[in-house]
Amino acid sequence: MNDAAPEASRVVLDAEQIARVCARMAHQILEANRGAEGLVLLGIPTRGVVLAERLAKAMADVEGVSIPTGALDVTMYRDDLRTQPTRPVGHTHLPIGVDDAVVVLVDDVLFSGRTVRAALDSLGDLGRPRAVRLAVLIDRGHRELPIRADHVGKNLPTAADERVRVRLEEIDGVNEVTIVRDDSASSVAVRRG
Amino acid sequence: MRHLLSAADLDLTSATELMDLAEEMSLLQGRPVKKLPALRGRTVVNLFFEDSTRTRSSFEIAGKWLSADVINVSAKGSSVSKGESLRDTVLTVAAMGVDALVIRHHASGAPRQATEWIDAHVLNAGDGTHEHPTQAMLDAFTLRRHFRKSEPGLADFAGKTIAIVGDVTHSRVARSNLLLLQTLGADVVLVAPPTLLPAGVETWPARVCTELDEVLPIVDAVMMLRVQRERMSGGYFPTPREYTIGYGLTWPRLQLLKPGAAICHPGPMNRGLEISAEAADAANSLILDQVAAGVAIRMSVLYSLLGGADDTPPPSAREGVAA
Amino acid sequence: MSEMLIRGADVLGQGRADLLIRDDVFADPSEADVSAEQIDADGLVALPGLVDLHSHLRQPGREDTETVASGTRAAARGGFTAVLAMANTDPVTDTAEAAEHVAQLGRRDGLAQVIPVGAVTKGLKGTELAELGLMARSAARVRVFSDDGHCVADARLMRRAMEYVRAFDGVIAQHAQDPRLAGPDACCHEGAISGRLGLPGWPSAAEATIVARDVQITSLTRSRLHVCHVSSAETVDVLRWAKARDIPVTAEVTPHHLLLTTDEVVSYDPTYKVNPPLRAAEDVAELRLALADGTIDVVATDHAPHARHDKEHAFAEAAFGMLGLETALAVVIETMINRGALDWATLAMRMSTVPAHIARLPDQGRQLMVGEPANVVLVDPGARAVVDANASASLSRNNPWHGRELPDPVVATFWLGRPTFRR
Repeated sequence: MNDAAPEASRVVLDAEQIARVCARMAHQILEANRGAEGLVLLGIPTRGVVLAERLAKAMADVEGVSIPTGALDVTMYRDDLRTQPTRPVGHTHLPIGVDDAVVVLVDDVLFSGRTVRAALDSLGDLGRPRAVRLAVLIDRGHRELPIRADHVGKNLPTAADERVRVRLEEIDGVNEVTIVRDDSASSVAVRRG
Repeated sequence: MRHLLSAADLDLTSATELMDLAEEMSLLQGRPVKKLPALRGRTVVNLFFEDSTRTRSSFEIAGKWLSADVINVSAKGSSVSKGESLRDTVLTVAAMGVDALVIRHHASGAPRQATEWIDAHVLNAGDGTHEHPTQAMLDAFTLRRHFRKSEPGLADFAGKTIAIVGDVTHSRVARSNLLLLQTLGADVVLVAPPTLLPAGVETWPARVCTELDEVLPIVDAVMMLRVQRERMSGGYFPTPREYTIGYGLTWPRLQLLKPGAAICHPGPMNRGLEISAEAADAANSLILDQVAAGVAIRMSVLYSLLGGADDTPPPSAREGVAA
Repeated sequence: MSEMLIRGADVLGQGRADLLIRDDVFADPSEADVSAEQIDADGLVALPGLVDLHSHLRQPGREDTETVASGTRAAARGGFTAVLAMANTDPVTDTAEAAEHVAQLGRRDGLAQVIPVGAVTKGLKGTELAELGLMARSAARVRVFSDDGHCVADARLMRRAMEYVRAFDGVIAQHAQDPRLAGPDACCHEGAISGRLGLPGWPSAAEATIVARDVQITSLTRSRLHVCHVSSAETVDVLRWAKARDIPVTAEVTPHHLLLTTDEVVSYDPTYKVNPPLRAAEDVAELRLALADGTIDVVATDHAPHARHDKEHAFAEAAFGMLGLETALAVVIETMINRGALDWATLAMRMSTVPAHIARLPDQGRQLMVGEPANVVLVDPGARAVVDANASASLSRNNPWHGRELPDPVVATFWLGRPTFRR
């Protein structure tokens, strides 16, 4: 990650806005589910896991119950494994079985939709949820697959050569979402989403 | 990583990554669908010149759980007696369009030689008395889990003393383990009668001792090596009982171990010779855990070798003697 | 009458002179015919044709790997005018008829003089003496006997053989390798590298103990002993001890043991698998000193061709041996002349005169003087080239020098006046 002073970057969500957005999404998830029953939050590493934990805490504050929260690493299910040297695999933690659960996948940025596609495949090998929903902090458009989020923190139209950078305090020391113009050749390679 | 021929191919970072990955892979054992798609479309051949049901099945399961196509080719019996050179055997198998060859051979160095002849990835599943890197990996992985029970988050084996006991000269497990444990920062002690210590052992990164009783009280783990009775006819030791009394992990010797010290054995065991039944079944025996770790470790190694782009240029345009 | 006038060669490095070859002998250069072919040998050194005491020509039995024709062609390229062909052919050269057959092949196909070596024991089995006397009396006039490939391990048999050949001034050439200390699986030098690589090796002691025993037997029998392919410093010590007591032992070293060490086997490349094995740097250093001071009397190639399908096995299972005839002089120049350890005159002793003497060859290793047989090689001391195994005259390709830059010395070889190699 290039930590040099960002050129032409603009902040699209500051710390306060991120907190408000998370609170709203927590309410929306509970509302769509008519409560907390059956819910399991699975964050997609790395920042999706942090977001999942924040959502779980917000929902626990509202409902007074703790929501099972974990992580779902999708590296092995990616459709582009062969394009780069072997990628390191992240940690998967299922707090409870997913059979008949309402799994809410949580990620920071929704972009091409391929990560979510991989997550759905991974989930399918783990069990048979009653339903799968998707909650993302940022939806930046440019879908390459028929995937849509159920709960979106912020819709952010972007150009393809821009990069959305989500920073969360637990990992990056600050809470901030920025857009950076990315001219580097690596911009395509590191594209997730 | 193009090949895994020796435990020395791994530095601390890659060894740690492989063990971390193996932790993830081991979760697969408890899942209803034991499949990950990472190696889908890759073909792995187990080319075994030496029988080994256990290791071969372990590699086979590892490959299949990663969705690779796994073929077992048994090339047992000396290629010399069959009139086919090792090179021909390897080339014939690889010519079928194989991504990786997992090779076990009775002669040291055969997997290394194979890398000169083919483009596929080569994984050493045990070559003669030279090395058995995945065995060392699963031993280290098992030990790390054991140590983490009392020291969660333990990063390496710095400060740990580990003894390797037995027929070091003829043990590929000993060589690989020594290299890997050293990389992980452990202090290794080799214990054997002088006849079973290899030439040049004084140049190895380990202490050498011929008295097992002196070593057991100070170790955090003891790895017992299998000793073959055939070594008696080579004059390496006079009788089995003399070997057991001098170098076996007998029941009385268990009392010498520190509380919490682990007992390992790569298997198969000669119960009563190098290891007593009491030691094999002791509370701190990790022997069954070692077996269980095999698939997870081999999955992580196969994924490392085959789960990404083949970036290294193949050695096809090699200078050398014309065909 | 054919004449060849070699102009201005540095004869044994001792001064420039012209050499006139007329038919098969040297003649007075001042009497050269005007029609004589001339070779400008300015800058070239003239040496007596080299004599190899130890070569495997593989015929009869393994003509797929080498024949008398191809082997002697390789020999001529290497500057050799005489080659002793070891007995481990198929069938083994252990009878007069077998010896005469090899000698006849030499006369018919050879580009150098071919002298068959007779086996010491029947079939090389090490239990009964072969027909040493009949081989000596045969038209092949065998004088050198060796079970090379195998050690004559039975001390009593070694004694008998040595006593027996005394009657006709024969010499037993021993492959010194105690079969109990160097087991059948041993495939390299026993040391730190073999221990690390997991390769079964054999220690220098397995060679030195046999030589120590044999020099005692030599002293006892008052016969001649020749030690093949000395590989270790320990053996050199035994030789020094024996020679200080005037025990009639001679010894040879191969070119590869003068330059290569056991480090080569780290890659498990069977090209470097040879018996006796490549040993440590300390051994190489000691062998060079011994060759320089004469404790080791001669260089012999132990040229051992092998088919690819016999070499392309796991290291422990591959055949033992390396090619050597074409590159021997180059390696000796590189390791000895170029380091100032030998001069040309002494090199001529080590590679021509003394081997000819040991083998009792009357026409080889002679001085380059009027009246002597015209066995001569012209050498360019400064030429160098990268060795290309594929350009070899040998039928085999197990060449440890491929890809290395070495001297490329041989310009022309003449065997009894006949040019057998011209660059």
